Amino acid sequence: MDNAARHNRLNLLRQRYHIASTDLVIDVVDAILSTMHGDLSASEAGLLAEIEDLARTIATAKAEISALRVDDIMTNHIPSATDELDAIVAHTAAATDSILEVCETLDGVAATLSRDGDAAGGGQLHEATSRIYEACSFQDITGQRISKVVATLKAIDQKVATIMATFNGRVEPRATSAEGEAVLLNGPQLPALAMDQTDIDELLASFD
Amino acid sequence: MTIDKAMNVLIVDDYKTMLRIIRNLLKQIDFNNVEEATDGAEALAKLRSGSFGLVISDWNMQPMTGLQLLQEVRADGRLRGTPFIMVTAESKAENVVAAKQAGVSKYIVKPFNAETLREKIEKVLGHG
Repeated sequence: MDNAARHNRLNLLRQRYHIASTDLVIDVVDAILSTMHGDLSASEAGLLAEIEDLARTIATAKAEISALRVDDIMTNHIPSATDELDAIVAHTAAATDSILEVCETLDGVAATLSRDGDAAGGGQLHEATSRIYEACSFQDITGQRISKVVATLKAIDQKVATIMATFNGRVEPRATSAEGEAVLLNGPQLPALAMDQTDIDELLASFD
Repeated sequence: MTIDKAMNVLIVDDYKTMLRIIRNLLKQIDFNNVEEATDGAEALAKLRSGSFGLVISDWNMQPMTGLQLLQEVRADGRLRGTPFIMVTAESKAENVVAAKQAGVSKYIVKPFNAETLREKIEKVLGHG
């Protein structure tokens, strides 16, 4: 097989597969090795050594990945982690609902106090329940943060599936990237990176 | 200008807990006629069949987002003048710019406090 034929074969493989399977790489390596007969020049010998090294690296990687039982990540670890996260969301939602229920009762007491002439006491109680309502919005924020973690786990799951498919000779379709408004849907930012309400008010006012 | 606190307010969020929090905070500042929707499509149907003086909406919802709801409201001849406050955890500059371009009245970033909500409502309804 001459250089042009090898190039053509590699190009055909690239067009056919996003990620060439290890077996195909080994095929190509074998095809290259089979073209080397008789006395080798220094550069051919160097190339041969590199190709042999590449073949050994691929074989070692394949054995190591196989020994790692990466499929466990897909079948056990990721489903278990997402279930745990779902449980966290459900438990915090239930706890928050209980807190809100008590707050609503306290609001009723505050209204009664104000109506019965204790405006100061009623106001104080209202102020306290306001703070609790504000604090309870944590459930929304943590829920959104957990959704981001779940999305990350799913992305890892997909990458692992791609690796497994590659080593089994199958290639999964590539994930598509976000487009349009989806680019804007990122959920809560980490506090150090997020704009606060003052920054947002200033940005909004700059349009007026 | 006096704020008509008897007006109907529509709050939109896919987190029921958040709807409950906003409803209670509104009640504390004497807005008692509050209706809820859990996504943009449900909100739009309620807006088209009712009469609301204010919309307070989350952004990240399915199938219709808060931004799409805002765009629909601003494109609707009857609804286009309705004050619209976006309350969202999306705090990137590009989000604020996109919301402003779509015609948002005020933008509140979560988590927010009762005072911020009261202040923004007063501003969009004519005080401040």
